[in-house]
Amino acid sequence: MWEYAPAPENRDIANLKPSYRMYLDGEFVEGGGEPLKTVNPATEEVLAEVSTAAPSDVDRAVKAARRAHERVWGRMPGAERAKYIFRIARMIAERSRELAVLESLDNGKPIKESRDVDVPTASAHFFYHAGWADKLGYAGLGPDPRPLGVAGQVIPWNFPLLMAAWKLAPALACGNTVVLKPAETTPLTALVLAEIIQQAELPPGVVNILPGAGDVGAELVNHPGVDKVAFTGSTDVGKLIQRSLAGSGKKLTLELGGKAANVVFDDAPLDQAVEGIVNGIFFNQGHVCCAGSRLLVQESVADELLDKLRTRVSTLRLGDPLDKNTDVGAINSREQLNKINELVSSGEAEGATRWTSPCPLPDKGFFFAPTVFADVSQAMRIAREEIFGPVLSVLTFRTPDEAVAKANNTPYGLSAGIWTDKGSRILWMANKLRAGVVWANTFNRFDPTAPFGGYQESGFGREGGRTGLEAYLDV
Amino acid sequence: MSERLSVAKTYKLYIGGAFPRSESGRSYQVRDSKSAFLANAAQASRKDVREAVVAARKAFGGWARATAYNRGQVLYRVAELLEGRREQFVTEVAASEGVPLKRAQSIVDGAIDRWVWYAGWTDKIATVLGASNPVAGPYFSFSVPEPTGVVGVLAPQSSSLLGLVSVVAPVIATGNTAVVVGSQDRPLPAITLSEVLATSDVPGGVVNILTGRTAELAPWLASHADVNALDLAGAPESMTAELEKSAANTVKRVLRAKPAEPDWAAAQDISRLRAFLETKTVWHPMGV
Repeated sequence: MWEYAPAPENRDIANLKPSYRMYLDGEFVEGGGEPLKTVNPATEEVLAEVSTAAPSDVDRAVKAARRAHERVWGRMPGAERAKYIFRIARMIAERSRELAVLESLDNGKPIKESRDVDVPTASAHFFYHAGWADKLGYAGLGPDPRPLGVAGQVIPWNFPLLMAAWKLAPALACGNTVVLKPAETTPLTALVLAEIIQQAELPPGVVNILPGAGDVGAELVNHPGVDKVAFTGSTDVGKLIQRSLAGSGKKLTLELGGKAANVVFDDAPLDQAVEGIVNGIFFNQGHVCCAGSRLLVQESVADELLDKLRTRVSTLRLGDPLDKNTDVGAINSREQLNKINELVSSGEAEGATRWTSPCPLPDKGFFFAPTVFADVSQAMRIAREEIFGPVLSVLTFRTPDEAVAKANNTPYGLSAGIWTDKGSRILWMANKLRAGVVWANTFNRFDPTAPFGGYQESGFGREGGRTGLEAYLDV
Repeated sequence: MSERLSVAKTYKLYIGGAFPRSESGRSYQVRDSKSAFLANAAQASRKDVREAVVAARKAFGGWARATAYNRGQVLYRVAELLEGRREQFVTEVAASEGVPLKRAQSIVDGAIDRWVWYAGWTDKIATVLGASNPVAGPYFSFSVPEPTGVVGVLAPQSSSLLGLVSVVAPVIATGNTAVVVGSQDRPLPAITLSEVLATSDVPGGVVNILTGRTAELAPWLASHADVNALDLAGAPESMTAELEKSAANTVKRVLRAKPAEPDWAAAQDISRLRAFLETKTVWHPMGV
């Protein structure tokens, strides 16, 4: 194995401040809630203190958003809205290095991922949607589709800035105003984004960002002044929100959990497939709703593929998220680490064969070594439940029909992968898999032009593309 | 010579292409707008709902994968057969809805034309809603609409035929299968429609029609884990919140209804087609 000298990114670039305040009606203000301390999951040190919203703050923010919608944003010509959103895209790009370092500090993800994926894709989402603002009549949803009003948005901790972009960009382009709640453990980049939004001179109240825990999210989505709710997170919380909005008339979109099958056929280029499997499950420590967490491999190549996979996974470098050579960073929180440990124990107890990368673990921080379970059966919890960590469950199949049956044997339906050299088989599989995104001979690709979202209990509604606009228009 | 006595029809349920009575053995009296007895209709039970969902699930794979052209022809064939039974439907609609003959005729004409309209959509909706995605990288990416699955449909309560057709046709046009609860007090046109479906080329199980008490049957549809979506068009307003709550347990897609029934004679848009479609995005690398 190669030895690498440390190549840490400079943490000063993050411009970390001792305290951050919420963004309400165009100003940074103290919240009425108990301040939270956000922690660097790689070191367990406190990074900053962040104010959180009390119910009264949520109320003020929703009212500010309503005013901004009625007086300014909702009636502004699309071409003008577009220019504000273009500004945000550009300013994210200008501060991309700072945002990437801050994201890695707060979230624990490797700097190469925040630098190469999260931040540029966030900027791209604003750039893409900005252009829609004055072209909504071409979206196929009627000649002059109207915005919904005030959107309440709740996002997860796995891609903090990127999820904020996925939510804000289409909402703003369609003429809605927003109150957004970032995740409790990762509020920092959203608040820097608020600074960008302020510098981009968006009218006060158009975007409000209120940190806090689940209680703030519940307060927000249930606020009677909210017309539209968008949530990305766990299926359990998604169901809770759908239930609590029943009868309210609020428009709802949900992007929830997954248990994606990554299907490898015997004619696949195995080395290439191994790279795709690794990317599918170890990208972002497996904290990805569309992670390829169930590997379905054709029996005749299973042993060979697993050998290659273990060899490759052994070379993944786990450690300091700020090191540019790091492949696998920190688990975002102790709570999540406990959940991963619990599910991994269940896999062992239920008789699956565990293999864990021998990579050294840092002596502090929340880390979990890449793990592959073989001999997994469909009934095991590790084959059914979302682990949301760097843990892969391997099952086998003999025929394409069996692969489809096993892949679809889940209440989820967010994503799937196919690895084969045969074009007709790719299209046959893509047609049969009940999932919102199908990656063939690749995995975990995201683009603002490509709609993303789930079937069944992975949620409803799409983000990205022309299809994604529907979520924020009164159609 | 005395006038000939007509042969009265027994109105039954329509499940999996067959016409069973309710397993519960129950029936209820259907009356016209002036309270005169029209017929007994089967009063479906929870078990009938479950049988219908099983039939709809079984039919889903084949119907979803039928070519769009084929589905278009099948829907058009329904219009053809409806046209052939026009007089029967006019009589039933007039009796059920208490409208003059002329009005009943225009309602039935509207229902036939609506089948034709949706028949023409089957092979166009993917062009209109699908996309080639210009992603920033060496990948070919496209998005296609796909049917959501089994849709529970609470048919409109007032408009016994045109309203019914307006909610059922868009569901099956895109490849979904349906479990329909017909108008509670005006169920006869729904059952006669099922006779049309049974003799057209719509495969058994694609549309299943139940009659009975909407308030009794709707909760079982809303909570059934093998139902993917719910159309609340004919739901009693007092129940919609509860039904939405049950639907949340399996993250069903729910198409809500406005408190007042819409004018079904008005031109339709594609929102009912969109409501029960998923979008699937497929990626593949480009290279040599």
